Amino acid sequence: MTQQHKAVALVSGGLDSMLAVKVIQEQGIHVEGINFFTGFCVEGHTHAIRKKDRVKPKRNNALWVAEQLGIKLHIIDVIEEYKDILLNPKYGYGANLNPCLDCKKFMVHKAVEWIQKKGFDFIITGEVMGQRPMSQRKDTMPVVAKESGADDLLLRPLCAKLLPETKPEREGWIKRENMYDFSGRSRKPQMALAQKFGFTDYAQPAGGCCFLTDASYSAKLTDLWKARGDRNYELDDVMLLKVGRHIRPAENFKLIIGREEGENNFLSGYKKQFINMHTVSHRGPLLLVDGTPEKKDLELAAQILARYSQGRDADEVTIEMTDQGGVTTSMVVKPIAMESIPEKWHV
Amino acid sequence: MAKHNLDARGLLCPMPVIRAQNAIADLPQGDVLEVVCTDPGAAHDIPAWCRVHGHSILEIKQKKDELVVIIEVGEANA
Ligand code: SF4
Repeated sequence: MTQQHKAVALVSGGLDSMLAVKVIQEQGIHVEGINFFTGFCVEGHTHAIRKKDRVKPKRNNALWVAEQLGIKLHIIDVIEEYKDILLNPKYGYGANLNPCLDCKKFMVHKAVEWIQKKGFDFIITGEVMGQRPMSQRKDTMPVVAKESGADDLLLRPLCAKLLPETKPEREGWIKRENMYDFSGRSRKPQMALAQKFGFTDYAQPAGGCCFLTDASYSAKLTDLWKARGDRNYELDDVMLLKVGRHIRPAENFKLIIGREEGENNFLSGYKKQFINMHTVSHRGPLLLVDGTPEKKDLELAAQILARYSQGRDADEVTIEMTDQGGVTTSMVVKPIAMESIPEKWHV
Repeated sequence: MAKHNLDARGLLCPMPVIRAQNAIADLPQGDVLEVVCTDPGAAHDIPAWCRVHGHSILEIKQKKDELVVIIEVGEANA
C-alpha cells in the first residue's frame, strides 16, 4: 500500500478554504487545518458581540468548517508575532490597514514550520486568483510561495490550473485535472462547487477575514496610535476597537459606549481595567474611559453617557462611576445636547 | 489518570480554546482537564474543538459568571 500523504490547510472559516480542503480530501489526502488568531480576526468571537450580527447561531466558523469536513483544526495564537507584520509590512497596506501580502506570507511561513514539525507533506489554501486585490494576484501569488519558504509545497486547489505545477502534482499525489481554475471576484464557481459537495449554511464573510480590511476599524486603530504617540498595541486594545461607539473629545481620553446589550456585556469584562460609568436613574449603556482623563473630562463623559441613556431628555441623570481601584462615586448631570458632540469626536 | 486545571477566566474566545488545546497537547489519554472561563462562547467552542480532536466533554457547569468545562483527553493522545 502506498503511504497516505498529508496536507495542512489554512482554514479561515469561509467557504473557499472549505472547498479547497474537500477537493484535496477527495484525492485521498489526509488533511488537517490550522487557523491563526492575530487578534484582528472577525471569526472566533462566538458571542458575536452585537445582537444584529447574530443572525446565525453562535459558532466559531473555522471549527464549524473543520467539523463538517471531519478534520482536526489547530488554532494558533500569533498575536505577538503578528505585531511586526502589521507595524512594518514590507509590501505595505491594502485599502485600509490590511497588510494582506505580508500577512499571507507570514501565515504560509508558519504553516511551513508546522509541516516540518509534524511531518506533513504540503500546504493548501483556498485562494482564488484575482479575488483579493493585494495577495491573490497572478504576480503576487508566487511572491507568497517564494518568500514564505513554501515554494512548490504550496498548493491552491481552487486555482491550481492557472499556476505553475507544484510538487504534490509532480509527484503524482494529486491530479492537476482534478483541481480548478477559478479566478476573479465572482463567487459563482465557488457556489456551484459548494452545491456539488452538498455544503449549505457556510459563512460568507464580506470584505475579508479580518477587521483590518474595515475602514471604520482602521480609523479607530489609527486614532489610538496617534493619541498614544506609539503604534504598539495589546490584545485588549484591538479587541475593544471591535465594539461600541468610540468618542474622543480630546487627545488625552476616549470614551467607549456600548450600543446594545451584547456590547455592554462585552465591555463589562473590562470594568476592572478602566474607569467605567453607568446610569442609575435611567436605563442606559456602559461607558469605559480610556486614557488619562482629568476631573472635568469625567464630568463631560458623564454628560455624554446621559445623552445616550433613556434619560436623554431628562433634566438630571444620576451616574455611578467606578475607578480601577473599585471606588464608586455618584454624580448628577444634565445630558449634553447632541449638537454639543461634534462629528469629529466620533472616531 | 490525573486531573489538571486551567484558568481561562477573563480571556475572550478563541483564547480559552487555544489555551485548552495547548494544555491538552501535553496530556496522556484518560487525563482530565477542567477549564474555568468567563466568555460564554467557550461553552460552544471548547466542545466543538474537542469533537474534531476526539476528546470528550464530561460536563459543562454554568455558575453565576463562570463556566467550567471538564474534558477527558481522548485517543489522539494515546
Ligand atoms: S484580510 Fe486580514 S487576515 Fe486576511 S490576508 Fe488580509 S490582513 Fe491577513
